[in-house]
Amino acid sequence: MRVPKVIAGAGIETSEPASESSRTGVERVRQFIASTWIDALSLVVIGIVFVVPFIFILLTAAKPRAEAALFKFSWPSQFQLIENLRDVVTYGDNRMLLALWNSALLTVGSVTLIVLLSAMVAFVIQRRNDGVASAASTIMLAGLIIPPAVVPTIFLLQWLGLYKTLLGLIMVEVAFTVPFAILVLRAFMGSIPREIDESAIIDGASPLRVFFSIILPLLRPAIVTVIVVSAVGIYNDFAGPLYFLPGSENVTAQVTLFSFISQFGSQWNLLFADVVLITIPPLIMFMFFQRQLVSGLTAGAIKG
Amino acid sequence: MTNQGRPRTSLGTYPNWFYLPAALVFAVFFLVPTALAFYFSLTRWTLFDATFIGFENYLDFLGDPRLMSGLRNTIIYAVMTSGLKVVIALPLAVLLTSSIRLKGLFRGLIFFPVLVSTVAVGITFATLMQPSVGLINTALGAIGLPRPDWLGNPNLALYSVALVDVWKGVGIAMVIFIAGIMSIPPDYFEAARLEGGSWVKFRHVILPLSRNATFTVILLSFIGGLRTFDLIWAMTHGGPGFASDVLTSVIYKEYQAGFYGLSTAGNVVLFILVTIIVYPLMRFFSRRELEL
Repeated sequence: MRVPKVIAGAGIETSEPASESSRTGVERVRQFIASTWIDALSLVVIGIVFVVPFIFILLTAAKPRAEAALFKFSWPSQFQLIENLRDVVTYGDNRMLLALWNSALLTVGSVTLIVLLSAMVAFVIQRRNDGVASAASTIMLAGLIIPPAVVPTIFLLQWLGLYKTLLGLIMVEVAFTVPFAILVLRAFMGSIPREIDESAIIDGASPLRVFFSIILPLLRPAIVTVIVVSAVGIYNDFAGPLYFLPGSENVTAQVTLFSFISQFGSQWNLLFADVVLITIPPLIMFMFFQRQLVSGLTAGAIKG
Repeated sequence: MTNQGRPRTSLGTYPNWFYLPAALVFAVFFLVPTALAFYFSLTRWTLFDATFIGFENYLDFLGDPRLMSGLRNTIIYAVMTSGLKVVIALPLAVLLTSSIRLKGLFRGLIFFPVLVSTVAVGITFATLMQPSVGLINTALGAIGLPRPDWLGNPNLALYSVALVDVWKGVGIAMVIFIAGIMSIPPDYFEAARLEGGSWVKFRHVILPLSRNATFTVILLSFIGGLRTFDLIWAMTHGGPGFASDVLTSVIYKEYQAGFYGLSTAGNVVLFILVTIIVYPLMRFFSRRELEL
């Protein structure tokens, strides 16, 4: 039984230990080789397809200007990533800092409203399950599918005095994202037993109180999913700011990318340094929430 | 809902006004503009005044080859990206739920592009796809393969962008499939193991039982594909010429040119397209789910 142990340790058929006794040693060695081969092949293919583009970004972002314009996948003759990042940040009167600040306000403002408004709806829609709730579900589904009407939205924002304002774009992002957030939160709401609400009501708590001090904390895992997905979506949104928040003082992180293309012309090193810079926030999100995202993101949505 | 005893909580515990804040924002910033779109698409519109012109915008739309190719491209793009995402993500999910080593690393690497800015991905791949010195063609040339002009060839540009869309979005499809496969009860795998090898497991257990996951992936990527804008705009601006224009880029171009009525008509066409494709798809999928 020594051979199987080694093989199991190497990761083959670990979930099916019962099958080991029925196989000969030669078979197992053959399988070990086959599985190692698959592992190595996966590593190479996934590495080339999913890692090389990011290495290319980093290398180009670290090059001097002329060298970056050659688009070569090569080590920079002079490694100047920090200098390039600094040039991007200070370009045009610290325009990048303004853009990051605007993006931060946009993202935090929208996500806060999305979580609060969607959780309130998810709570009631899941618990009541009456005519109003099913009507709300239908409207929500429409919001999930229907593409927003661009120019009429601009018209409306202008009429409300919110066109070219951060508040206006926040409202638009909230309206576009709330259906998705309700969907995720409602699915999770089903796993919170009704008895919890009941006992709080017996204790004399008001609906608002039940919601804020009991339901909201219990929704936490689903709220994390909503926060990550909507924060990344809104931070990365390009069309929204393009249409609803034009103007140089309103610049957001994604828009700097586009203006760098036209303004810098061939300054590819700074363009890719910009890419590196604006990828840092999602990267931090990813590192914090990787496990939850990759495993639990959709668990509720599928059975939904 | 069953009425298995809700003695103490009345509906008053769940007041309807909890809908109000979300409903207000959703109605004002989404429903009202959507409703307005139907009216303004029938006008010549400057944002300040609108002249009713009947269906002229729609007739312009149908008569303009540029707009019609945008319509065709939108459908091609949505079908191609959602199809490829299923075909690539399902085997990936099977691989990454097997006993392969470095599972967590692989899942993370494939998922990460989902979180990266679409515009940044577009710019990066436009560079990698540069025909003469770009990394992709340099690599293809080195192993003696043809070196296509990915974004410069009008017959290829749309497909090249769609491939990048798949690269960026396959991670989310993979995660959905992984969740689907992991929710399959282990007994089924045990039964499949007794019946035969991994093909039986894939064909008769994973494939039928991840049907819901497949529906979810197809629906999500189809809706996303029909509404795509950022990636096309970052990579080709709808070019060369209007070879890779989709409805959303046409809508933007008409808006930029000041044809607000025409732009809004494009929006309504997209609305109708999405509804007539996605609604039956959802009905079909939910019926199949019931049969299961």
